[in-house]
Amino acid sequence: MVIVGIPRALLFYYYYPLWRAFFTELGVQVVVSPVTNKKILDSGLRTALDEACLPVKLFFGHVLALADQVDYLFVPRLVSVEQKAYICPKFMGLPDMLRARLPHLPPIIDLPVDFRHSGQTWDHFFEEVGKLFTRDRHLIRRATQSACEVHSRFQELLESGLLPPEAISVLEKGEGEIPVQQQNCLLKIGLLGHAYNLYDPFISMNLIKKLRQLGASVVTADCLAPDLIEEKARRLPKRLFWTLGKKMIGAALNFFENRKLDGIIYLTSFGCGPESLVGELVERWAKRRAVLPFMLLTIDEHTGEAGLVTRLEAFLEMIKRRKKNENYLPTYG
Amino acid sequence: MKITYPHMGNLYIVIRALLTSLGLDLVLPPPTSNRTVELGVRYAPEFACFPLKLNLGNFLEARELGADTILMAGGVGPCRFGYYAQVQREILRDLGVSMEMVVLEPPDTHWSELKDKIRWLVGDRSWWEIIKAIRFAWYKARAVDLVEARVLYLRPRVFEPFELESGYREALRKIDQAASKRELDSVVKGFFRFSNRLPRRSGSLLRVGLVGEIFTVLEPFANYDLERRLGLLGVEVTRSIFLSAWINEHLFGGLLRVKGTKHVKKLAAPYLNFFVGGHGRETVGSTVDFARQGYDGVVHVAPFTCMPEIVAHSVLPSVTKDYGIPTLTFYLDEQSGEAGIQTRLEAFVDLISARRERVRKEKH
Repeated sequence: MVIVGIPRALLFYYYYPLWRAFFTELGVQVVVSPVTNKKILDSGLRTALDEACLPVKLFFGHVLALADQVDYLFVPRLVSVEQKAYICPKFMGLPDMLRARLPHLPPIIDLPVDFRHSGQTWDHFFEEVGKLFTRDRHLIRRATQSACEVHSRFQELLESGLLPPEAISVLEKGEGEIPVQQQNCLLKIGLLGHAYNLYDPFISMNLIKKLRQLGASVVTADCLAPDLIEEKARRLPKRLFWTLGKKMIGAALNFFENRKLDGIIYLTSFGCGPESLVGELVERWAKRRAVLPFMLLTIDEHTGEAGLVTRLEAFLEMIKRRKKNENYLPTYG
Repeated sequence: MKITYPHMGNLYIVIRALLTSLGLDLVLPPPTSNRTVELGVRYAPEFACFPLKLNLGNFLEARELGADTILMAGGVGPCRFGYYAQVQREILRDLGVSMEMVVLEPPDTHWSELKDKIRWLVGDRSWWEIIKAIRFAWYKARAVDLVEARVLYLRPRVFEPFELESGYREALRKIDQAASKRELDSVVKGFFRFSNRLPRRSGSLLRVGLVGEIFTVLEPFANYDLERRLGLLGVEVTRSIFLSAWINEHLFGGLLRVKGTKHVKKLAAPYLNFFVGGHGRETVGSTVDFARQGYDGVVHVAPFTCMPEIVAHSVLPSVTKDYGIPTLTFYLDEQSGEAGIQTRLEAFVDLISARRERVRKEKH
């Protein structure tokens, strides 16, 4: 049986169920790299360019973790997942960067995911990928169909309030184990940031778990319905041409108007190009409105856990006091 | 309406010609300086790219001189440049600086968007007048490029580099002032006559190609005067990007017969097989191009955190491996130090000259 490796990084948290379902249905075995650990990060840091951002460096590590146990590496060239928008230039060059810096990799499946122009969908992409493994077009079509079904089930789970890692594990372990939603938390925090930072427990230093332990429940952009995000993002004076950036802006505007939230935390990684502008816009709007406490956390491979915890505790403490006094304090507490 | 626009190398000469022949009122920001950097860095996002910070500094300095309207270019991604204007507008708004911002960019839905913006700028002038103005600006771009290329060639050769430099400044000033094509031609001719008279050394020199992101390539303040530093170290520099080629490709759709970037984009494969925004693909392709032409090395410049250039930089070692051409990358921002840049350049020049010597010996 052919084995395809999928790195547990970057858009893994959005598309893993889709990709996995497709390959499995096609009769291809899928192997995923382990949850990020120090060894994986270190091997990424050693091989990627210093100037690359943390998520890209981490991706290198995950690729290396898979390299000697798979026949193919699945690193599609992620140009665009919707019309007239991009993810990030680095995603567009990722397969080339890998090949240039890691010469002894197994063959890379790097077909472009490019839905910039109308009419292009996963169907077309899978048709091309499928051809690498089988001539049976019927089988490819069936695999695509069931992959898309799994993907929409995944979307439903997200909209029901699960975070991507939870939804992924529900899909893998079966429907019976849908985790119970947190109720009656003292505080409710809107958490902004890219999935590959937020949901990677090593990179985010368990940010979500820590917030929950400190008595806060968490809402992320992924809990919002896509059209809700689209609608708010349309308020920008110019259409934003980054899919993930648009998601952050749309979610931030939703959060600002959400009366139940107590504060917003925005997690970005050092050197993230789009975020340096999108984060700036969100921060400026947060200050102008001054309705919700806002904190921007920038992480990289040198970030210390103690510093992060201190800042979280201080931020939550400030919100609690503010709540008790019920009078308005400036956003930056 | 007093219009201003950011500096990018000698582009100001070209835009000034265009706008003044359309009868518009201009206030040019003072040449980019340390104060520009200071202002830009103080108000721009910390991790935004260097050009955004310098642009913002330019605007604030132009504002002090009475400018009230900003003319900017834009784009539709994926490079950050396409969103500069929007972020800069928000920053200026929070600073309480009210300036109108006109962004010329590929339209999102319909070409009439761009047409309306141009109409708003130029009023009821006829399209013929507009075309005439564009043509004149184009002649200026060509004149600037001819003079610049000449200086790049002569700098390492002349015994009196400072005389060349002052002649160059003088030529730029005259090109800026020239009111007709005939005047432009005579300025260029005059500069060539002057520069040919300068005593110079003979023999073959080290040749280095300059590649990278367009702003940091073209703006000497942003690249810490790299071209001149290399020239004074005895290296002939060839730029991969010239203004006229860029204007031809982006504004005229490649209509004119000027050497463009089409062929270098093709050369980028198999190292970089897709466009990555900005000048990433051109960087890789030009490096291959320079290697094939037998250049001794390539210097690559980019703003710190520039996404397309990080991709390009990642694959450059493969080009080096295949062609044996050494490359040196500089990421530039307000933190870059002059001494560090000078030292790295000197080391690089030592390296490529030792390599040339070795290759020469192997041949004999």
